Amino acid sequence: MSDSTQETVPVGGPLDAATLDAAAEAAVNAFAAAADLAALAAVRPAHLGDRAPLMLARRELGSLPGKDRADAGKRVNAARVRVQEAFDARREVLVAERDEKVLVEESVDVTLPWDRAPRGARHPITQIAEQIADVFVAMGWEVAEGPEVEASWLNFDALNFGKDHPARTMQDTFYLRERKDSADTSAMVLRTHTSPVQIRALLERELPVYVVCPGRTFRTDELDATHTPVFHQVEGLAVDKGITMAHLKGTLDAFARAMFGAQSRTRLRPSYFPFTEPSAEVDVWFPEKKGGAGWVEWGGCGMVNPNVLLSAGVDPQVYSGFAFGMGLERTLQFRNGLPDMRDMVEGDVRFSRAFGV
Amino acid sequence: MRVPVSWLTDHVDGGLPADPEDIGEAFVRVGLEIEEIHRAEEIPGPLVVGRVLEITELTEFKKPIRYCRVDVGPDENESDTGSRGIVCGARNFVVGDLVVVALPGTVLPGGFAIAARKTYGHVSDGMISSAAELGIGSDHSGILVLPEGTAEPGDDARPVLGLDDPVIELNVTPDRGYCFSVRGLARELAASLERDFTDPATRVAVPAEKESSWPVRLDDAEGCPRFVARRVSGVDPNAPSPWWMRRRLLAAGMRPISLTVDVTNYVMIELGQPLHAYDATRLQGDIVVRRARAGEKLRTLDDALRVLDPDDLLITDDSGPIGLAGVMGGASTEIPAEHAEGATIDVLVEAAHFDPATIARGARRHKLPSEASRRFERAVDAQLPPVAAERAAQLLVEHGGGTIVAGRTDVGAAPAPAPVRMPLDLPDRTAGVAYPRGATVQQLTRIGASVELETGDDGKGVVVATPPSWRPDITMPADLVEEVLRLEGLDMIPSVLPAAPAGRGLTAGQRRRRAVSRAMAEAGYVEVLPFPFVGDAVWDAFGLAADDVRRRTVTVLNPLDAERNTLSTTLLPGLLDALVRNRSRGLEDVALFHVGQVVLPHAQPVTMPEPAVRARPSADEYAQIDAALPAQPMHVAAVLAGEREPRGWWGGGREAGWADAVEAARLVGRVAGVELRVTKGELAPFHPGRTAVLRVGDFPAGHAGELHPKVVEALGLPPRTCAMELDLDLVPLTDVRPVPRVSPYPAVAVDVALVTADDVPVADVADALEEGGGELLEEVRLFDVYSGAQVGEGRRSLAFSMRFRADDRTLTSEEANAARDAAVALAGQRVGAELRA
Repeated sequence: MSDSTQETVPVGGPLDAATLDAAAEAAVNAFAAAADLAALAAVRPAHLGDRAPLMLARRELGSLPGKDRADAGKRVNAARVRVQEAFDARREVLVAERDEKVLVEESVDVTLPWDRAPRGARHPITQIAEQIADVFVAMGWEVAEGPEVEASWLNFDALNFGKDHPARTMQDTFYLRERKDSADTSAMVLRTHTSPVQIRALLERELPVYVVCPGRTFRTDELDATHTPVFHQVEGLAVDKGITMAHLKGTLDAFARAMFGAQSRTRLRPSYFPFTEPSAEVDVWFPEKKGGAGWVEWGGCGMVNPNVLLSAGVDPQVYSGFAFGMGLERTLQFRNGLPDMRDMVEGDVRFSRAFGV
Repeated sequence: MRVPVSWLTDHVDGGLPADPEDIGEAFVRVGLEIEEIHRAEEIPGPLVVGRVLEITELTEFKKPIRYCRVDVGPDENESDTGSRGIVCGARNFVVGDLVVVALPGTVLPGGFAIAARKTYGHVSDGMISSAAELGIGSDHSGILVLPEGTAEPGDDARPVLGLDDPVIELNVTPDRGYCFSVRGLARELAASLERDFTDPATRVAVPAEKESSWPVRLDDAEGCPRFVARRVSGVDPNAPSPWWMRRRLLAAGMRPISLTVDVTNYVMIELGQPLHAYDATRLQGDIVVRRARAGEKLRTLDDALRVLDPDDLLITDDSGPIGLAGVMGGASTEIPAEHAEGATIDVLVEAAHFDPATIARGARRHKLPSEASRRFERAVDAQLPPVAAERAAQLLVEHGGGTIVAGRTDVGAAPAPAPVRMPLDLPDRTAGVAYPRGATVQQLTRIGASVELETGDDGKGVVVATPPSWRPDITMPADLVEEVLRLEGLDMIPSVLPAAPAGRGLTAGQRRRRAVSRAMAEAGYVEVLPFPFVGDAVWDAFGLAADDVRRRTVTVLNPLDAERNTLSTTLLPGLLDALVRNRSRGLEDVALFHVGQVVLPHAQPVTMPEPAVRARPSADEYAQIDAALPAQPMHVAAVLAGEREPRGWWGGGREAGWADAVEAARLVGRVAGVELRVTKGELAPFHPGRTAVLRVGDFPAGHAGELHPKVVEALGLPPRTCAMELDLDLVPLTDVRPVPRVSPYPAVAVDVALVTADDVPVADVADALEEGGGELLEEVRLFDVYSGAQVGEGRRSLAFSMRFRADDRTLTSEEANAARDAAVALAGQRVGAELRA
């Protein structure tokens, strides 16, 4: 710094280096002392406002000669930058402090929320029917359906139930009539099984036919823990050239694995159904069985009776087929360990809700 | 069918497995289902045979009591008296009878411990037991008296009673009538165990006879193709049945009654042929088998007077009907229960073959399922009648004395099963198994068929199998295949997944039903699956007019509940039942839905065709079947009550209201791909001022709203219960929905407030705005409704926000305003709406 400078800038004046330093020092200290953003804002005008010493000093610059003005300008600017940086730094600290404090203050008891929307659900029977349909659709099968009020011809005759055969009375059928004065009391029934859909599928579709038919069925059983007059079945039917009982077994095994896990498989016991010959009962190996893995009765199956194929217009010399049927309530009951059939029909919302959507 | 193991053992060479479970498994392998294996409860302690030596009648008590001295054998008798004293309340025995005595220390079934005790003034040193107390039957009617010669006093009673002989109870499927006999079951068991079988029918020597034993005429050879009769005279009616016979009958679940009844039952169970024993002295003239005539009556053995149907098959004599053929005998020719000492009876044993369907109908018509009808309706071996009659006659003579009268009636001809031809490899092709050479012939021979091998026209082997007389169920190749497969064992069949051709996935309708069901559940409704059964009472509660089409229902002829004997035409009754049940269980806020078929009968019933079987019905016939069935559209319905939005710490909840029901219906429409149009309607059971009609275009597809307060009261529903029901089949399936044009240009939002008369439906105003707004209008939304002094009496202000947008440019506010003006103008023209000042 030259002597001449000292001459034109009065010692102790606003542009004097010491004065500027002192002003800057005072500002930095004031900012540091501000405890929060409000305090910082309150002290800001005194150090960075229009009437702040450094601002006033700047106005003095005009009165100085060229070289002195440049030097003094540098000093003033340096002091201003220092003050501004101190302000910004302090502000940043205080903003961060404030933000943190707000978040702490705004904390809530997150365990408060409860159901704010009503909780809906789908019935487990619907869910298992869809699961089964998906298993078979994935194998290339299609889902066939039919009416619940069915012609006796489709429910019985076409399925090889003789008119007076004991098998027909064993089905515990609900008989219907359209009008109270109608004389015909046996032409229509509530279908006792989903098997009439087999005939409908064969009559309506091109061969080969691979269909699965879930649906509601009816028998005159009183409601108790293991019976219900209204229940659901799923029927499977494959009619193609060269279909064998080994194909039936393979399909049942795949079905069992999809429903009960990779360890599951099926076993056939000879039995009798009018619409299949040979016929068999299906047992399934259920790893999660109560009291240890074991065989559980699952449903019925067999090779489609040639008489049934004939009634559906299929030549049994060329085509053969297999069919199987299971109760969905029963499947759910042992798979999910449901103790009482009545829970499935009473419509208590607590029951369906347990199974979700 | 119940059968003691010992009875089966008689006919299977080499004996049976010791464990009855193994016997059960052997039955299961060949297709007989095991219901239960009954083992007699073990009876520890001194259970012995005793002989009644003395009976002292004690008369000073309220009921007659006997004090007996009973010889229970040297080991158990008191040494001084050579007997024991036992008090007994039963009276069906006399001095000298053999009885079963539970001595002190014996524990009878049910933990009933026997001890000496003082009673009726005497020490009772044991108990004389009944069959029920011993656990070998249900007969409590008196103590068990063993026939003379069965055992000696002091003998251990356990083997005599057969407590070591388990009883197997099986389910016999309807195709295997022959398994309703020891003969049939033993044959199956021997086949399953690969042992030799001794046919009890071939053990009976049937001598040739020239004469007939009674004149019999078959007037209905279809109903009764064969009738055999054998006569035994001089039988002692008071002779007891042998104990072994009674024991086996007890084990088979039948009550021993008298020698003639026991013998006919025993032979029926042994051979499978139901028999009837007539008192020959009470028969009048020729026996004629014929159908009933109108108005005929018959008093059956159960003392019921039955009015006969012209389809009933009868056994008759000169006096008229004497039996309902194959079902139950008549009272008039019954062998009387009481006989004078020394009297003898003259028995005519009937063994006939009846048409299964005739017997099935008769038994059903008269609600008389009997042991006989159960067998006849499943078809009995047509060659059995002479054998069974002979066996019965022999047993009668053996145990009741008398002689078999020379001559045998055997009229008619037994139907014989026809030979069945089958390609030799059909069992292999059906099973998907290469069976060992000769397996088919071997197994068919094992079931009793006579088998020949031929070469077919194509040079391949053909099996010609003539089924045995007891297998009339075998009529076609598939029946032979079944025999081979089951006897070879179904566990031989491998597991091979068939390759189905590529499928088309779910149909649009199936996908839609899933989507609807999911959407309803996601919207907070719980799915229930109510029964379809309703009664007329619900229509009264719904306030339906007498001619309301929903009262036209299909009737269930045999309902479980007489009050609910029709099929519902709507899903609402079942849902409302479930709603009430949930409320009664303390669940206040309930929203339920159901997707299911309803049943809507025709105004005029259509005759149901009955196509023949074993041939494809014609297209007309099949179409006619569907035309004759009632319409069964798929409906979706919902009901709700209580809070739709629950209250909580965040504030109050919102009560369910009519608008929620409408919203549920619109949700279904949206999911199904159709924006349902809402108009005001009126339909029971809904509140007349709060009923929305949901339309597809102009076509009504359902209703939604609040229920009528009277319906709410009548059904005990929560106040303001709401409901909706839609016919899903009326909502068209939209496989391909129109592609929207999504414009990227900015929108102009404009709000308008329109004042209308307050009975103008909002939907009409909105429709007018929508139409008037033209192409540029993207959306109209109602955001406020105001009625009050500022708009005047009988009027209301509707505030809509409208969003305008162009496809190809940024819309100017002038353009938007012009479109708005056009919309408002149309609303003014249509419904008299004015811009609110």
